[in-house]
Amino acid sequence: MPVPGRRSVRRRAISPGSVLKQIALWLICSVALIPLYFLIVTSLKSKTEYLLNMWGLPLRPTLENFSTAMADGRLIAWTWNSTVVTFLSVAVCTVVSALAAYAFAQMQFRGRDVLLNIFIAMIVIPPVIMIIPLFILMVNINLVNTYWSAIVIYAGLMIPFSIYLLTNFFRTVPREIIDSGQIDGCSRLRIFTALILPLSLPALVTLVIVNALFVWNELLIALTFLQDDSVRTLMAGLTEFKGRFFLNQPLIMTGALIATVPMIIVYVAGQRYFVRGLVAGAVK
Amino acid sequence: MTDPVNVIDSAARGLSYARRVRRGSVGAALTPYLYILPAVLIVGVVIVYPLVTIFQESTQTLSTGTSQYVGTANYDLVRTDPVFWQAVRDNATLLLAVPILVVLSLLFAVLLFERVRGWRIYRTLIFLPYIMAITVIGTVFGLLYEFDGPLNVALRGLHLNWLALDWLGNANLAIPSVMSVIIWRELGFGTILFLARLMSVREELFEAARLDGANWWQVQWHITVPQLRTVIEFFIIEIINMMSGVFNYIYVMTSGGPGFASQVLEFYIWQNAFAFRQGGIAAAAVLLLGVTVVFIFLQFRVRRGGAVADE
Repeated sequence: MPVPGRRSVRRRAISPGSVLKQIALWLICSVALIPLYFLIVTSLKSKTEYLLNMWGLPLRPTLENFSTAMADGRLIAWTWNSTVVTFLSVAVCTVVSALAAYAFAQMQFRGRDVLLNIFIAMIVIPPVIMIIPLFILMVNINLVNTYWSAIVIYAGLMIPFSIYLLTNFFRTVPREIIDSGQIDGCSRLRIFTALILPLSLPALVTLVIVNALFVWNELLIALTFLQDDSVRTLMAGLTEFKGRFFLNQPLIMTGALIATVPMIIVYVAGQRYFVRGLVAGAVK
Repeated sequence: MTDPVNVIDSAARGLSYARRVRRGSVGAALTPYLYILPAVLIVGVVIVYPLVTIFQESTQTLSTGTSQYVGTANYDLVRTDPVFWQAVRDNATLLLAVPILVVLSLLFAVLLFERVRGWRIYRTLIFLPYIMAITVIGTVFGLLYEFDGPLNVALRGLHLNWLALDWLGNANLAIPSVMSVIIWRELGFGTILFLARLMSVREELFEAARLDGANWWQVQWHITVPQLRTVIEFFIIEIINMMSGVFNYIYVMTSGGPGFASQVLEFYIWQNAFAFRQGGIAAAAVLLLGVTVVFIFLQFRVRRGGAVADE
């Protein structure tokens, strides 16, 4: 993270090079912002106004789209479903992966390196390869259209990467700290919960963020295993919403905007952890 | 203080004492396996079991109830399906986004690193697209790219009618349009990632290079890029992983169309299995698995290379 006062680059503030840099950054930020601007202003327009005035600010702002979109309460229900599935699958994955990573990083046992390499190899296997057998399996044990099918599958898909990341991090815990814990008479589990986990907080935060983003955004598993409206996730719901109102662009944008609100809240509340956590795991 | 933490603490110590008494027995040797057991069980059900059964399913018809052994018939079906090859091509085309993303992210990370005035604001704005859900982004761009949608209205307003193309409706443009959206979203992540790594590079390295008379490009090529090597590799693996999840963009923006022009393997398999209910598509999944194995080897090579570079 930035160390203030370390740089001496400020002096070239007005050179022609810095003007070019300003233009480049200004351009890329505009490209980043225009779709977001479009999303917000369009949600405040009526269909008629949208067709006449696609880019401008709404001349007659209306909240009608919001009341239409929220009328049947399904967006709220879908948001709740997404929250439950995300929370539980990330929780299961984090606990299970942390335990396994602890064994891989700090214990000696037969077959350790082979097992770890198998887990690592699984990181890049696309979920769609597993989806047909999994669907048949879930149909047979009657778990399709329950939260549990999605929770178990998401957890399973996230575990390989989670073990990889946490094992790398747990290895960096200094040997002396673990030894001192053993001298104090701590059990293995106690060394884990009292020493290693607190020291690895940045890695855990990263992992939870990356995984939660994955589940929240995921569509393939959600469309396949949570088909019933009562368990549908927000993102799958949004595609359905889009299909139903495909002629009413402002209403679609309103649904998309409402679907974005939870992410924005999480981001604003934890901006520091969000960016720092996301980056920390990779940069170390 | 007799707070609960202390009570738990001493209880744990008592427990560990009991455990140490048992040490040396079979129990202690089994402990590591108990720690990895839950992970093995879940991954066994979600990944290993499907990988094993997919081979069996790829040689059967999966029509309702009775399944029949059909040998390699399914593979022949997939192999001779032009849509399958279209999907392979589209996957390959989308990989073009990887070098573009790496170069652009590096460029903007370096610009921000040089403390251009207002860099903190730029940093926040560049990252904004990344916090948007992919489905939301796909929905927004789906509208923007409509033939009579906002982008083309703006282009026509600027008298650039020849540029007002049918971005998602033209078979040649659908995949590049989807790629532009992927780049739009991932650029923020790459930039922030590289910027964070740059900030931990020792300033003396840059100073020394400048004192030696290196120009801007030389500094980037000889200092920035080598210093960022491991992060760049991490980012590339992340992006390729993400590319296998490109289903989201396709499903929301083009539904594989127009016609079958914007397929990716993920969408092709899902659509045949669940929307068209065509049995035997498992064979395609097996073929995709074959490609994946190549990536697994690449990934291990990169990791080993990275480990050597760290030492």
